[in-house]
Amino acid sequence: MNAIIEARGFGVSYGGSAVLRGVDLAIRRNKITAIIGPAGSGKTTFLRCINRLSDLAPGLGVTGGLSLDGRDVYATETDVADLRRRAGMVFAVPIPLPRSVYENVVFGPKLLGVRSRAKLDEIVERTLRAAVLWEEVKDRLNVSGLKLSGGQQQRLCLARTLALEPQVLLLDEPCSGLDPISTAKIEEAMQDLKSSLTVVLVTNNVKQAARASDRTAFFLMGELVEEGPTADIFTSPRDSRTNDYIVGRFG
Amino acid sequence: MRIPPKVVHYSVLTFLWAVTLGTVGTLCVIIGWVLVKGLPAITPGFLFSAPEGAGREGGIFPVIVGTLWVILGAVLIATPLGVGTSIFLVEYTRENWVTRVIRFGADCLAGIPSIIFGLFGYVFFVVALGFRWSILSGALTLALMSLPTIIRTSEVALRAVPPQYREVSYALGATRWQMVLRVVIPGSLPGIVTGIVLAMGRSMSETAAVIFTAGTVLPDSVPTSPGDSVRTLAVHFYLLAVEGLSEKNAFGTAAILVLSILVINVGAYTLMHRFLARYR
Amino acid sequence: MKQETAIRLILLGLAMSAVGALAVITTFIMKEGLPVIFRHGLGSFLFGTEWQPNAEPARFGVFAMIVGSAAVTGGALVIGVPVGLGSAIFLSEFAPRRVVTFFKPAIELLAGIPSVVFGFMGMLVLLPFIREHIGGRGASVLAGSIILGIMILPTVIAISVDALRAVPRSYREGSFALGATGWQTTWRVTLPAARAGIVAAVILGMGRAIGETMAVIMVTGNSVQIPRSPLDAVRTLTSNIALEMSYADGEHREALFATGVVLFVIIMCLNTLANAIARVGKRD
Repeated sequence: MNAIIEARGFGVSYGGSAVLRGVDLAIRRNKITAIIGPAGSGKTTFLRCINRLSDLAPGLGVTGGLSLDGRDVYATETDVADLRRRAGMVFAVPIPLPRSVYENVVFGPKLLGVRSRAKLDEIVERTLRAAVLWEEVKDRLNVSGLKLSGGQQQRLCLARTLALEPQVLLLDEPCSGLDPISTAKIEEAMQDLKSSLTVVLVTNNVKQAARASDRTAFFLMGELVEEGPTADIFTSPRDSRTNDYIVGRFG
Repeated sequence: MRIPPKVVHYSVLTFLWAVTLGTVGTLCVIIGWVLVKGLPAITPGFLFSAPEGAGREGGIFPVIVGTLWVILGAVLIATPLGVGTSIFLVEYTRENWVTRVIRFGADCLAGIPSIIFGLFGYVFFVVALGFRWSILSGALTLALMSLPTIIRTSEVALRAVPPQYREVSYALGATRWQMVLRVVIPGSLPGIVTGIVLAMGRSMSETAAVIFTAGTVLPDSVPTSPGDSVRTLAVHFYLLAVEGLSEKNAFGTAAILVLSILVINVGAYTLMHRFLARYR
Repeated sequence: MKQETAIRLILLGLAMSAVGALAVITTFIMKEGLPVIFRHGLGSFLFGTEWQPNAEPARFGVFAMIVGSAAVTGGALVIGVPVGLGSAIFLSEFAPRRVVTFFKPAIELLAGIPSVVFGFMGMLVLLPFIREHIGGRGASVLAGSIILGIMILPTVIAISVDALRAVPRSYREGSFALGATGWQTTWRVTLPAARAGIVAAVILGMGRAIGETMAVIMVTGNSVQIPRSPLDAVRTLTSNIALEMSYADGEHREALFATGVVLFVIIMCLNTLANAIARVGKRD
């Protein structure tokens, strides 16, 4: 099967008011799919439903179907902790835990019971390399994650998520607070990673979507307007609203 | 004639300065008085020898050890209960009738006078459960008294941990308990410890609740088991004072009490202050 | 998942400890104290003026103790409320920041001083002073009121400061914008807005004063009588229990628990009242 995430008629409401309505979307394996749309379009909500962080807010109601790798996300037997490992998330603001760079990266593996120092060392080096951070921090793995610069912190958060060995990487506006150089490094990491996993990138930056993604989905007011290859969306959108957004007429 | 508002303002301000200085001044006078009169009595001999003649002569070593036992026991019992309660309140539930009942219980417990705890400890631990006058009875009674302090302080500490840390732990595949154990508790530890330290201070200065539970018998040797009856510093001081046995030893004991409480409170305050500043 | 459920249940169990303790304490105090009240009649227990546990038949009337507790508590409020409220207003509205960072912990420290130390100081300093300069035998309602007035200060101040600080800054700014002085703003805007919390502070201070034991024993003389002047000695409900518990037995001991019941009911009423008032204040 080509799609790893499939939403069919998927809807979300909080305390009775609808945030997402009837979303039909298939996100393809080993591609970078960008989700764009103005504030309040429901794009972040959609992302947080994939790993069920949406559960943390009270009054959540879900309709329709959402599956990750063929398994229903909202089934009662879903192991939520396992789901969140399969769909790793990086947030808009980098939030290193108040501990060392090393301990930040091995947080997830240690929860799974990985104890071997050699194995942990290997994970730290591999994921920090994948997040284009290794060269900058390899000599100070024991300093607090909070001591790194903002761009480094975000890449640390990326490495920490990669240490979960996720199938899908959910990026929630990961570059919104970063300088162009850090942004380029994150985008570089995404390109290298897509051979082994699928990336879903929520972004407010239309240029980033055009630059870094293979496919683009456009959300507006809780609905999916259209989805297709990024080149098509940006050159010949089927829906006039997509065009309006891309050229900056609203949002 | 109407007094000009500015004049009223400055006269009132003077009054407010005066009463506040009076309050803090009273504190300084009490501490100063006890220390000036009591510090000379504190000698190695006084600290490390056993009392003689019902406390007229000799030192207070068994009393100090007994006090430490009772306080330690109280904290060991109250900490899991109190910290567990606050973890439940902050991490495992939303505000509903259950949390209201729990908070009501803690608030009421905080308001109960110590003499009532003393009566209860006597009839329940000493008599009904057959623990007699002992370190165990005293510690259990003080544990119940300390519970509200520990609950409240650790609740503040847990709530000070930024919510994003919880979100991050969940996103990294932590279960709720793993999140609590590895992120929330380490992040709030200094605040939780503050609550425990404050509870130790309260336990140390308590008299009415321990006098009927831990006993008043002045031991001539150091207590060795939780079943031994002890006399705590506060009780010892009270008896020396009202029975007029030895003013010098009374002052010495008072000075030790006040010094310990000074250290405990200043320590707790500094710890909490630094802790809260960390997340600001 | 099973493990999570188990942990939740364990924590819920721990969280029930405070309520559980409250229930057991209430049950045991009532069980020990109520029978003797019913045997002698509620009226004669509450309003009887004779306390003679060793007479034949024994007489247990706690009216003098109720009056004693009320007298020292009233006196404590007369002294403690103006000073406490004044300090609270100063710390929350007028004091420079540096002063607050030093004074607030100092006042918290005052709450930590053992009550026996207050009592001791009362005995050695206050009682001789009253005896020589005011009259009477020293140990008196007045002495108890002064000591308790100081002891309730931390409670009154802490809760009043919280209430005053909870008043939105915009209220004050609105008043200043109309040209009011600092005190006019406090008196006409801030204090009325914080009144519920301040009333709660006074009631909780009252609860502390009624419940205090050791310091009161040491300075009030403890004779069972209805005081006619502030210089008369009195015995409070709390002192009655603490003084006689060590040797009482049989019905006498039950009567001391009954004294505890009276005290317990008074305190519970005060705390409930304070909570209700504070809650109404928050809703406004």
